[in-house]
Amino acid sequence: MSTVPIHAEDAAVGAVTFTDQTPLGTKLARTASGRVGRIVVWILALLWTVPTFGLLVSSFRPEKAIKTTGWWNAFGHLGDMTTKNYSQVLSTKVGGIPFSQYFWNSVKITIPAVVIPIVIAALAAYAFSWMHFKGRDWLFVVVVGLMVVPIQMCLIPLLKLFNLSWLHIGDNGFVKIWIAHAIFAMPLTIFLLKNFIGALPREVMEAARVDGASHLTIFAKLVLPLSVPALASIGIFQFLWVWSDLLVGKVFGGNAQNQPITKAVVDVVGSRGNDWQLLTAGAFIMMIVPLVVFISLQRYFVRGLLAGSVKG
Amino acid sequence: MGQLLSTLALVAIGIIAFGAIIGILYWLVSQLREPWRERGRVGVFVGPALLLLAIGLIYPAVATVRMAFYKGDGPDVWAGLSNFKRIFTEGDNPLVLRNNIWWALIVTVFSTAIGVMIARFADRMRGERVAKALIFLPTAVSMVGAGIIWKFMYANSGGGNQSKQIGLLNWLWVKLDPILPGKQTAQFWLQNDKFFGIKSSFLPGMNTLFLMIIMIWIQAGFATTVISAAMKGVPDDLVEAAKIDGASDRQAFFRIVLPYVKPTVITVATTTTIAVLKVFDIIQSTTGGQFHTDTVANDMYVKSFTQSQPGYGAALAVVLFLAVIPIVVINNRNQKELRQG
Amino acid sequence: MSTLTMVNLQKRYANGYEAVPGLDLEIKDGEFLVLVGPSGCGKSTVLRMVAGLEDISGGDLLIDGARVNDMGPQQRDIAMVFQSYALYPNMTVGDNIAFAMKLRKTPKAEIAQKVKEVAELLELDKVLDRKPGQLSGGQRQRVAMGRAIVRHPKLFLMDEPLSNLDAKLRVHTRAEIARLQRRLGVTTMYVTHDQVEAMTMGDRVAVLRRGVLMQCASPQELYERPDNLFVAQFIGSPSMNVVRGTVVSTDHGPGVQIGDQTVELGSVGAARFPGIGEMIGRDVAFGVRPEALGGDGSGRLTMQVELVEMLGSELLVHGTVNAPAVRAIDTGVEQSDKPTSMVIASMDPRRKVEVFSTVELPVDIDRVHLFDLDTGLAIGRDAAGRVTDSSSPNELDKG
Ligand SMILES: Nc1ncnc2c1ncn2[C@@H]1O[C@H](COP(=O)(O)OP(=O)(O)O)[C@@H](O)[C@H]1O
Ligand SMILES: [Mg+2]
Repeated sequence: MSTVPIHAEDAAVGAVTFTDQTPLGTKLARTASGRVGRIVVWILALLWTVPTFGLLVSSFRPEKAIKTTGWWNAFGHLGDMTTKNYSQVLSTKVGGIPFSQYFWNSVKITIPAVVIPIVIAALAAYAFSWMHFKGRDWLFVVVVGLMVVPIQMCLIPLLKLFNLSWLHIGDNGFVKIWIAHAIFAMPLTIFLLKNFIGALPREVMEAARVDGASHLTIFAKLVLPLSVPALASIGIFQFLWVWSDLLVGKVFGGNAQNQPITKAVVDVVGSRGNDWQLLTAGAFIMMIVPLVVFISLQRYFVRGLLAGSVKG
Repeated sequence: MGQLLSTLALVAIGIIAFGAIIGILYWLVSQLREPWRERGRVGVFVGPALLLLAIGLIYPAVATVRMAFYKGDGPDVWAGLSNFKRIFTEGDNPLVLRNNIWWALIVTVFSTAIGVMIARFADRMRGERVAKALIFLPTAVSMVGAGIIWKFMYANSGGGNQSKQIGLLNWLWVKLDPILPGKQTAQFWLQNDKFFGIKSSFLPGMNTLFLMIIMIWIQAGFATTVISAAMKGVPDDLVEAAKIDGASDRQAFFRIVLPYVKPTVITVATTTTIAVLKVFDIIQSTTGGQFHTDTVANDMYVKSFTQSQPGYGAALAVVLFLAVIPIVVINNRNQKELRQG
Repeated sequence: MSTLTMVNLQKRYANGYEAVPGLDLEIKDGEFLVLVGPSGCGKSTVLRMVAGLEDISGGDLLIDGARVNDMGPQQRDIAMVFQSYALYPNMTVGDNIAFAMKLRKTPKAEIAQKVKEVAELLELDKVLDRKPGQLSGGQRQRVAMGRAIVRHPKLFLMDEPLSNLDAKLRVHTRAEIARLQRRLGVTTMYVTHDQVEAMTMGDRVAVLRRGVLMQCASPQELYERPDNLFVAQFIGSPSMNVVRGTVVSTDHGPGVQIGDQTVELGSVGAARFPGIGEMIGRDVAFGVRPEALGGDGSGRLTMQVELVEMLGSELLVHGTVNAPAVRAIDTGVEQSDKPTSMVIASMDPRRKVEVFSTVELPVDIDRVHLFDLDTGLAIGRDAAGRVTDSSSPNELDKG
């Protein structure tokens, strides 16, 4: 600031920017990370990315190259890159069914397994927030408390229940998986949605009642539209969880026709563990949907994550 | 695409049908007299959720606890505590518990610590968002995907040609041979169940440690994201006041910022611990539980579904449940104290 | 067109707090009744019970003579304007206004027609397609009004609908609402903590303290003939001067001794307070509004000037007298420990008054009020007044 200002205006601007940009806020605030900290962060970021990157590169290398040289050698032979692994894995049969079918299985599993629990949980969250009934708070505590029950505890009895012949869902693996996912999502989803729906302005709900709206109308015309941000966050959450799931799919899917792609990939690991051209491409086919969803909707996902991690 | 459309159509029909059922039920209970009308309406709203929870969580949990006291292979052969006894004493069974305890300890400590570190160092750094996004990315690849990614990292292409390794770790390891003392040859990382050469029933095998790295790799992003958000909530004034009082960066961090975000850190650690205790997919997609890398959740699956020992499997599930409870309780108590203090 | 009647209406909250111990109040057809009182006195509680948003713990609530205690808000045919306006954030202004009619399955054409009328009336026609988030505070307030008036309900209920507006807009909107109500003729219950709002808007004003009705009367009556010390001090700004005095007998009739001076009430006072002859020697609260100290009057009060405020339209002179102040508080009447107190007089702005001088103020005896020191009740007013001397403390609770 040693130059002599030419115009009074410039001086004023200089003064403004000076006071604006160098308050204690930026100079002292926080614990400035320093160079070492920055280097550590970038090294970790690199380490965290290399494994995935290696798999991605490998999935495009010829079978022979994958099996004999490290993926880092690929950069010298970019011309060799091929999508053959992908076409090979898609037509590979796993459990008698083409691998590609498992991808669609996962789609068919995931969409209802995201939508059903959210709708049901939203109804319950509305009741816990805006309907009056005896034991409401107590019941809510119980529901949320069920979060501590590990899925593992519920698998066998639930499976037995599903296989009761009069239920007629014994051979429909998808239905069983949908219901199972809906059940296991219920406590956390109700908890998160109650936090959101319960925080909607009370007077707006009351205004609707005075206007003559029933609970169902309030829910459909006000609560659902106003909850879109929360529903999106939770939906993405549940989507990633269901798509990535192996246990529920494996236990409830029954025969191969109803198994998710994760199950197919694990089967390939078990039976053809050294066919890296299949494993790499197969893994990427499995990962591509959640990765795209995750990267494009990360903001919502983080919001859900933060809301969820406030829980006890 | 056709399959996607048909799925979407199915879901749309499902939702409309569900909505219609709820609507009809609501209308029906609205025809009742008070107080049943209001009760009926509440029932329509919470009923579906409670029904799911009752048949899917409460009843099965109770049934599993009961099953844990039965043999399970014959119809209802009472087993008393013998299933539990087998878990803790019989053969290699206790190793499963040992592994789980180490998993919970090491993965929780490391992923939380890495989360704190990155959250601190990356805060307001240039490229902060990119760096954090990269570390967060493994969250999306699924545990099965992570298992394969790392199986590839740990791969040993075998054979005599030690320099032709396709696994990054072995390649590095062999490359380090001239620098490090001793002979560095390609390893089967996931088969080594000794702890730095020591065979012990307390210490985890190296292969288990290598599997833990996968979980840390997945969980660190979660820890970073949540803790970072909490750190951004620390009021600037607080840190500034400490600085004006003469605190160094380091002191300000450990005395002001860290205590401020402590509840969040504890929550992250708790959530991680619970997730780690249930680790299943990683084992399934790598070793399948061989070479003494088994965990409770995986063993539970294997015993219940492939080895026809549902009683034993149920007992393992109960053990898992009992392990989760105190963690939740401790966390709740901590949070409460911190809120009051 | 409706009446609203509350008979011993009670509210006890789930935590045991008795917000309204028993309220009797009647609102006539087409009347604009303002419920006023300090914050936390239970105004919203009463209004919400009338709306059906809060359960009624006891007593009866009648609309047009029919008991509605057990009806939900949607069955009572009321419209309400909330403090926060409570607009539906996801709907346009038009949809907000039309919502209630849509729920009642009103024909589309009729809805469109009514929304148009209301929008024109409230100057909202240009913003009908906007969402509430894109409106100014004043516009939002008008949407909330529009949502209420479009339905022609039996009752309008409004809970501090102006408190989120800035001062200027508030004055303007106040007049608008009052005009609108008179034009539509819908029975209205309006809640506010602002006594100026209450006085300017209401046909009648009900003053509430801790859930108890203190007085319900026309603004003028409330101002000129408060039933008790609480109403006297709550209504009016600057508020009524009240100091402790002793009833004495002078050569010219009854008087009140205030510190070392005596305000002679004379024959006017004797007529105004019929029973005062028997009260000689008793301590009372002596109240007089600032403007009754600045004009003409037969009484005399001397004070030491401490501060002079020139407001343009009037001159406020603050001074001390040698008597402790008396104040209505939440639980009754409180006398100050300090032997002197501040008195404010409102004078002609052209007068010159020196600070630290001693001035002798004329007291308009016709506008002097005496209150019982224990109960706070007004003492024996003129023949037209309902209240005569009474020291029964229960009297106050009944209002
Ligand atoms: N839900 C409730 N539970 C317990 N007490 C309440 C509740 N709502 C209001 N109150 C209490 O009742 C009294 C009257 O409240 P309110 O009617 O809102 O006052 P006002 O509108 O006059 O400011 C207050 O003391 C308030 O604390
Ligand atoms: Mg209020």
